[in-house]
Amino acid sequence: MNDLVSEEARQWIGKSDDPIEVEVTRRDIIKYSVATEQILDKFINGDEAPPMFVAGLSREIVPIDDLGSDGLPPASLVPDLPLKRVMAGGVSFRFHRPVKPGDVLVFNRTLSNIVGKKGKTGPLIFVTYSIICETKDGEAVLDQEQTRILR
Amino acid sequence: MKIANLSVGQQLPIRHFKASNVSLFCYNAAIWNPHRIHYDEKYTKEIEHHPEIVIDGPLQGDWLSQTVTNWISDDGNLLEFSYENRRASFLGETLSAGGEIKSIDYDTNIIELVLYIKNEKAEVTTPGTAKVKIKN
Repeated sequence: MNDLVSEEARQWIGKSDDPIEVEVTRRDIIKYSVATEQILDKFINGDEAPPMFVAGLSREIVPIDDLGSDGLPPASLVPDLPLKRVMAGGVSFRFHRPVKPGDVLVFNRTLSNIVGKKGKTGPLIFVTYSIICETKDGEAVLDQEQTRILR
Repeated sequence: MKIANLSVGQQLPIRHFKASNVSLFCYNAAIWNPHRIHYDEKYTKEIEHHPEIVIDGPLQGDWLSQTVTNWISDDGNLLEFSYENRRASFLGETLSAGGEIKSIDYDTNIIELVLYIKNEKAEVTTPGTAKVKIKN
């Protein structure tokens, strides 16, 4: 099924976005903790971030005029592929240390793989991104892998 | 929590979640997600053809992670966590998050968990797994 992924699309494997740098504040942690209905005091008081807080931190911020009619910023790191319908695949995280107020985090996102497969209902393409989050000083915080399924 | 008191197959406490327009607004503002399917009902139904406002997949991922963080509290650390958004969930639905112990390694104090979010029809919308290390 690898004819699904053109040589041109394959060239995208290994490409990265510009790194995103984020300063974590107690207030940001508190907002996230309230919105996600956390129970533990350390999260509600913003002493420590809930594990999934970091996953929401690296979303792109673009000017309002650059948002699409769906409200979303233009997609980055998306090669031209023959299948267009996007389904959520899996997300997996490996945590190295909790995030605390005052941390300065750097996110690097890379398109790590594109694979064509024959599914039960037709061809599928799996696009995998890897996001590495570390502190500005280079301490490992979290590794994330995200798969999108195109059909 | 003592690892000796835990057993494979043991259930984690179940928690119910019902998102509201207000909680979804706060969540999407907090993560800076301007996708209209999470707040613009007319657009969601007419343009993207969903039956209702859509509950964010990563929000359900967070709820799933809370079955673990609330259970271990300060007695351990979350090492790994994964989930899959298999089915969409919509405003008005009550979701249940839970899980059970899949394995216990008494040498390393590492416990593997299988997790789920189910909708009111008892369909699993978001399956997941986690690995935690219990402190001595």
